[in-house]
Amino acid sequence: METVTITMKNPPQLYLEADNVTPDKFAGKSASQIAELHVYEGNTTSTLGKYFEVAGSAGATAADTKIVVKGDVSKVKYLGMKMSAGELVIEGSADQYVGAWMSGGKLLVKGNVDAFAATGMKGGELTIEGNAGNYLGAAYRGDWRGMSGGKILVKGNAGSDVGMYMLGGEIVVNGNIDVHVMTHAEGGKVIIKGNAKSKLGGQLVDGTIIVFGTIDVMMPGYKPVGEAELEIDGVKAKFAHFIGDTGERKKKRKGQVIYGNLYKKL
Amino acid sequence: MSEFIIKNGHVFDPTQGIKGDKKDIAIKDGKIVDKVSGSAKTIDAKGKTVMAGAVEIHAHVAGPKVNVGRIYRPEDKLFTYMPKKGSQRMAGGFSIPTTFKTGYEYAKMGYTTAMEAAMPPLFSRHVHEEIRDTPIIDEGAYPVFGNNWFVLDYLKNDEIENTAAYIAWLLRATKGYAVKSVNPGGTEAWAWGLNCLSIHDPVPYFDITPAEITKGLMKANEFLGLPHSLHIHPNNLGNPGNYETTLDTLRLTEGMKAKNKFGREQVLHLTHTQFHSYGGTNWGDFESKAKEIMDFVNKAKNVTIDTGNVTLDETTTMTADGPFEHHLTELNHLKWANVDVELETAAGVVPYIYSPNISVCAIQWAIGLELGLMAKDPMRCYITTDHPNAGPFTRYPRVIKWLMSAKAREAQINAFKHKDKVVNQTSIAGIDRELSLYEIAQMTRAGPAKSLGLSSMIGGLKPGMDADVVVYNFNPDKPVAKPDDIEAAFQRAACVFKSGVQVVADGEIVSNGNKRTIWVDAKTKENPQVMRDIQEKFLKFYSMTQANYESIGHHFIPNPYAIEVDARS
Amino acid sequence: MTKTMTDVVCPFCGTLCDDLEVSLSDDGKQILEVYNACVIGTEKFLHSQAKDRVTRPRMRQEDGSWKEVSYDEAVEYTAKILANAKKPLMYGWSSTNCEAQSVGHEIAEMCGACVDNTAAVCHGTTLIAVQDIGIPSCTLGEIKNRADRIIFWGCNPAHAHPRHMSRYSIYPRGFFTGKGHKSRKIVVVDPRVTDTASLADIHLQVEQGRDYELLNALRVALNNEWLPDVVAGIPQEKIREVAEVCKSGRFGIIFFGMGVTQSLSKNHNIDEAIALTKHLNEFTKFSIMPMRGHYNVTGSGEVLAWQFGFPYSVDLSRGFARYNPGDTSTIDLLLRGEVDAMLTIASDPGAHFPISAVKQIAKIPSVAIDPHLTPTTGVSKLHVPVAFVGVEVGGNAYRMDNVPIDTRKVVDPPAGMLTDEEFLTKVRDRVKQLKGVK
Repeated sequence: METVTITMKNPPQLYLEADNVTPDKFAGKSASQIAELHVYEGNTTSTLGKYFEVAGSAGATAADTKIVVKGDVSKVKYLGMKMSAGELVIEGSADQYVGAWMSGGKLLVKGNVDAFAATGMKGGELTIEGNAGNYLGAAYRGDWRGMSGGKILVKGNAGSDVGMYMLGGEIVVNGNIDVHVMTHAEGGKVIIKGNAKSKLGGQLVDGTIIVFGTIDVMMPGYKPVGEAELEIDGVKAKFAHFIGDTGERKKKRKGQVIYGNLYKKL
Repeated sequence: MSEFIIKNGHVFDPTQGIKGDKKDIAIKDGKIVDKVSGSAKTIDAKGKTVMAGAVEIHAHVAGPKVNVGRIYRPEDKLFTYMPKKGSQRMAGGFSIPTTFKTGYEYAKMGYTTAMEAAMPPLFSRHVHEEIRDTPIIDEGAYPVFGNNWFVLDYLKNDEIENTAAYIAWLLRATKGYAVKSVNPGGTEAWAWGLNCLSIHDPVPYFDITPAEITKGLMKANEFLGLPHSLHIHPNNLGNPGNYETTLDTLRLTEGMKAKNKFGREQVLHLTHTQFHSYGGTNWGDFESKAKEIMDFVNKAKNVTIDTGNVTLDETTTMTADGPFEHHLTELNHLKWANVDVELETAAGVVPYIYSPNISVCAIQWAIGLELGLMAKDPMRCYITTDHPNAGPFTRYPRVIKWLMSAKAREAQINAFKHKDKVVNQTSIAGIDRELSLYEIAQMTRAGPAKSLGLSSMIGGLKPGMDADVVVYNFNPDKPVAKPDDIEAAFQRAACVFKSGVQVVADGEIVSNGNKRTIWVDAKTKENPQVMRDIQEKFLKFYSMTQANYESIGHHFIPNPYAIEVDARS
Repeated sequence: MTKTMTDVVCPFCGTLCDDLEVSLSDDGKQILEVYNACVIGTEKFLHSQAKDRVTRPRMRQEDGSWKEVSYDEAVEYTAKILANAKKPLMYGWSSTNCEAQSVGHEIAEMCGACVDNTAAVCHGTTLIAVQDIGIPSCTLGEIKNRADRIIFWGCNPAHAHPRHMSRYSIYPRGFFTGKGHKSRKIVVVDPRVTDTASLADIHLQVEQGRDYELLNALRVALNNEWLPDVVAGIPQEKIREVAEVCKSGRFGIIFFGMGVTQSLSKNHNIDEAIALTKHLNEFTKFSIMPMRGHYNVTGSGEVLAWQFGFPYSVDLSRGFARYNPGDTSTIDLLLRGEVDAMLTIASDPGAHFPISAVKQIAKIPSVAIDPHLTPTTGVSKLHVPVAFVGVEVGGNAYRMDNVPIDTRKVVDPPAGMLTDEEFLTKVRDRVKQLKGVK
């Protein structure tokens, strides 16, 4: 695997859109060719090389390409957008749409990410060592096809609207999470190791939410049905089990009504 | 004004019976002429196909429900936007393109006239604002009448003359083009959450049936002698077994004759017939009844139809058939918008994915094509996708490919997941007919123009007609190398003239043309009773005043073209 | 002799009443009286007659004072700040006509601007919800003619839309509602005891921020499923009773306002309210409608949608249109420091935005186009006064139920004053020159 390192040297006056910073777009290119890729600041089109120092060269394919992003990219959007393979490491914090519509590969952010990370994610792995903003792993506006595959790990806290319209895949938040988790979901799983606030699983058709900490207010559409023992990351524990959203339409499988599941650690 | 001559093209013009002969087409001052001076600009069409500008008879392209679609489907724009070029505006959206994209895409395919298929009268000002912002193409709009309280009240007592006077008044107030009826009676029933599924289901409260409404509207239309006939979306759309309802509706035309001075012969235009040609009793034994429908249509000279071809895309359904859209959202659970319009109509919008992996969608695809391939008189059967209901209008070139190439159909049939069902439950696999370019010109130009009562103006290349002329990169003398070449040629015309102005060159927009809004101004005898009824209903039941109801003024209709009808005698 | 104009359209709120009568002095220059309008609407007409009205553009000077400038100078400044910016923001549009909006959009396309209307701080969340699950709705005449179940959720028309209740929702006698108020059951959901709540048959005093839970509980009740004893401060028996009231009607409607669109859960409140409405259509006929505020905020959304495909918060910076509130929405753009020039028109963000966002307006080149003196004109570098739409110039507007109504000109504006459309047209033509567009 070949590595390309891009280092921010001229931060943008406003914000930079860098949807070309992906292993897919870098693949097969030399440092100087990569520096010629387009980036956008407001209505001006410019080149990556104007903002970043580019070192190293890419592999022949996305899968053979690793990108390391250094320097302050907290005002850079769309890093890793639509990446399908390879690796992207962001050493600091990044702005919105990190890994949006990604379908494969590994994306690691050592700092925080702003909203809309992993929008419409289809596959791959996204790890955020800091905090994630709102709409992590959610669908784009109006789309009923949200995150359908892949895995997201947030070591810090996550914002609101995580996993909206989720269809599959898994999101793990080690810290706390804000309101609205897996709204409208029809599949997938969100695990919250810390505390949750309220409005978990509203309008959820199918899917699983597991909370280790507290829940401030439960949705009325979640009916208590007893206890369950679950093993998560090698740890066994007892959980209170709820099914819902009983206000929402429900699917049937083999004549049986399918409910979503919410587990809260006892 | 400048002169042009399009030289050496293979001309297909049903209005003159020209079937691919090499012929020059001369243009002067916006009209087709016999000849032009030596200073005319020459367009070389050697080895290419030349036709009149195409005529869209039924599409949902402007107005409130189209815009609901745009507003509530941001995902329809995702990654589909084209950056602006030259004098063009930005253009985006797939199944519900922006107004600018609508105009550009029609023009690039060689369409120069389009009719908005359902205008809610209360919203006519909105429809006209969107038409104004749709560049290049001439447009008109059909106000809906089939659930209108005035119409229900008059026709309950068979008051044809009063119905006609009201129609004339409403066409003027809304700057409308024709009489449209959508699910007659059923949409009024929908205001209470009900429907009329057969032509004999009584409409709640109003004591009238869909059959009476349809018959009455046909009579009133012919009383006025309007350019177009009654344009009907019959009851029971989209349900297995509905072909019986469709045949019942068609039989209402028996013994009726068109009466007008526009050369129109039909008394009824049945739209998006594909959605109305279903057999079976449920989605499992769902099957094609295209043959039964076309057997009737082929014999009934006083009927025209359009197809409503399914294009196998993700699209957005929208119709004034409110109860149908509710039924659809219950089936596919996708987002549902509905608007009930006081005293007049309703509308619903639901996204839909016509997946080649679902047998019902594949059968629908086959039915649409069967209708076109079984048509004995292509002058009475027109290509539509009921845009965007069965697919976006931008797929016309693909539909034309399927109609012109048995090989292309076979490839698609083989690609279906449930090929066997398509083969067993339709007759598409057994049809080897391939439509000719002449027949395509009938189905997309001369035919719809005649049905609309515009055959002296558009749809042909006779001297004196509007100079709407298209050149396609398609050589009819050469065998088709691959069916996709047909699609490519019709997608991006080599050259398009609209009223004598070149608007497309090499598949790109070069001018915003001289767009017009076409409407029908029907003069009737004074009818104090109808005027009193209008006044009363506005005072008591409308939420706006009568004085504010009319679409009038340059900001709504900057370039009107009124077709006058005198029904005073 | 005074003369009277009838069928005048009120350019105040989204109710867009079109039955006003205005009496004018015999020279037709002075508005004497306004009939049929509410107090606020009347004031809107009479205010245009104020003697101390600003009638020429004013530029803020280094020392903070204001200097009168010509419209041509104002055009030059406006065109330049928009044409030179990397990402200009053009905000407002809700109290002007659709024609002015259209011209503004042409400027925005040429300048790669963000265009946003006041939905951004009002019913934008409603639009997000509509994008997520649609909306079963109707025109206001349907309510008048058919509705026998009226729910006001988080809105107070008695104050915000004063004629709504008499024209459409509570009192009118329509075709199937001959008994007027008596034929209707009124439910009000509001944490406060408002004047609207005092008219209700049932008032649910929902706990602040728990509308989403209460809406969900109503759906649970429709499904006859288990409920906790109390949800959002309301006993479950009461919730089941209200569910029955809704189901037993022939035609119901939920009207909602900023009490639910801008409180905790925002778009999700509306999403679940729409889901409840859709759910009720399995039992009877039900509709839902936002109580839109500005008289033509709806029109701005319509025009943006047919021209660009999105109803608000539209970002044209890259030569094509994008939309994603949170990214492309005005307050986020300001707070995040994403824009470097701002044009405000026909709205007053200075009075309604968070103070940190208003400070950002003051930092960047800015122009405010508004007939009034407002907090926004106060923080902008240039104030361009214009004629009052609906009073001094006509033009199309859209009511809260999306019905278009062409507003009327009643009197001339003061001599030499431009309309929004005229001023923007001059700016557009100047921007064309600056950008070299033919």
